[in-house]
Amino acid sequence: MSGFNKVVKTYDEALAGLKDNMFLMVGGFGLCGIPENLIQKVHDLGVKGLTIASNNAGVDGFGLGILLEKKQVKKMYSSYVGENALFEKQVLSGELELELTPQGTLAEKIRAAGAGIPGFFTATGFGTQIAEGKDVKMFNGRPYILEPAFPKADFALVKAWKADKYGNLIFRKTAANFNPMIATAGKITVAEVEEIVEPGELDPNFIHVPGIYVNRLIVGKFEKRIEQRTIKK
Amino acid sequence: MALSREQIAQRIAKELRDGYYVNLGIGIPTLVANYIPKGMEVMFQSENGILGMGEFPTEETIDPDLINAGKQTVTVIKGAAFFSSADSFAMIRGGHVDLTVLGAFEVDSTGALASWMIPGKLVKGMGGAMDLVAGAENIIVAMSHASKTGESKILKKCSLPLTGVNCVKLVVTDLAVLRLENGKFHLLERAPGVTVEEIQKLTEAELVIPANVPEMTF
Repeated sequence: MSGFNKVVKTYDEALAGLKDNMFLMVGGFGLCGIPENLIQKVHDLGVKGLTIASNNAGVDGFGLGILLEKKQVKKMYSSYVGENALFEKQVLSGELELELTPQGTLAEKIRAAGAGIPGFFTATGFGTQIAEGKDVKMFNGRPYILEPAFPKADFALVKAWKADKYGNLIFRKTAANFNPMIATAGKITVAEVEEIVEPGELDPNFIHVPGIYVNRLIVGKFEKRIEQRTIKK
Repeated sequence: MALSREQIAQRIAKELRDGYYVNLGIGIPTLVANYIPKGMEVMFQSENGILGMGEFPTEETIDPDLINAGKQTVTVIKGAAFFSSADSFAMIRGGHVDLTVLGAFEVDSTGALASWMIPGKLVKGMGGAMDLVAGAENIIVAMSHASKTGESKILKKCSLPLTGVNCVKLVVTDLAVLRLENGKFHLLERAPGVTVEEIQKLTEAELVIPANVPEMTF
């Protein structure tokens, strides 16, 4: 790498420095917009004791599900984990710790981490078990709970559609989801994309994530597995 | 006769207004999209990042990068917008969505709603439901009035872990339309052929019954 060129050639380079017990954020909603090859590489490297913030936990055999198979994950922060039988089993047996987090709060805890905001007040979850042990403050007569931001992730793994070599990212349709915020919240942010172009080829008006947030960039081939294939009747 | 899932959705669709941005939850709420009154424009928000969600795709137009919050493949209408999850929940939390329709296991007369967790069964998560009920000014709950064994789900106090408090306003069940006002459910309409007595019997919470409770029309 030189200058602002973020491109790496191999997944070994993309995840160099990944160690046991690290905190990862991983983009995607269901299986849509997940950095599937980076997840595969985390699997192949065999690191263990990971804490992962990701909206979902993949499915059996794909996405984050493959890390669960090798028992690489110690704790997950997710909003919904319905589609993964192995996940259920590991949570019930106590092998895997799960902190269910409301989806909007999860997004904001990530966004805040990237934006240097240590915490925020939200009405989401007030009066529910999510609020237990959290500070409550009244604003304009309504109670809000204090939610701490996440710490920065040791590795933030995202999937984007296009990038230029400087790491400016563009997402496609609903494959954006959590990726734009996660890209901002990594000590090391790794983006895998479908296409990398020369600086100047992407219109600066339409960049979703500016390259300042991105440390490493790699082109991947994507299966893009569909979770709920639904066709018009 | 108790309403079918489709009829509950059809009744809820009457609450839509021209120009509304609407978030529909999974299950019965999703069906509301099939009953938009003629001549009315509404736009559906999907919390994974769509404003202007369209119908399901064909085999030719299916796109793995385009799904709804239920993870089903969808399409978008002309004039749609995509955005991140943070932007999506800023819309929701910030009160910009005009109407949220969601399912529930239980509601109560304090305005609380339980929809995400049954103790003893595996917890799958709340997804965006806690954010939606906290952020929306205007919520319609679509649910069955009682369990299959006849236990009321319209309660004085929810027995299940809560999704939110002070959020229930209008409830459409398979038996009735109820409005919660000042800590009491008011019986506004009844399903065709269902008597006030039957509804009363299956409602644990205090029920205010006006002299005339019209039957729903479809």
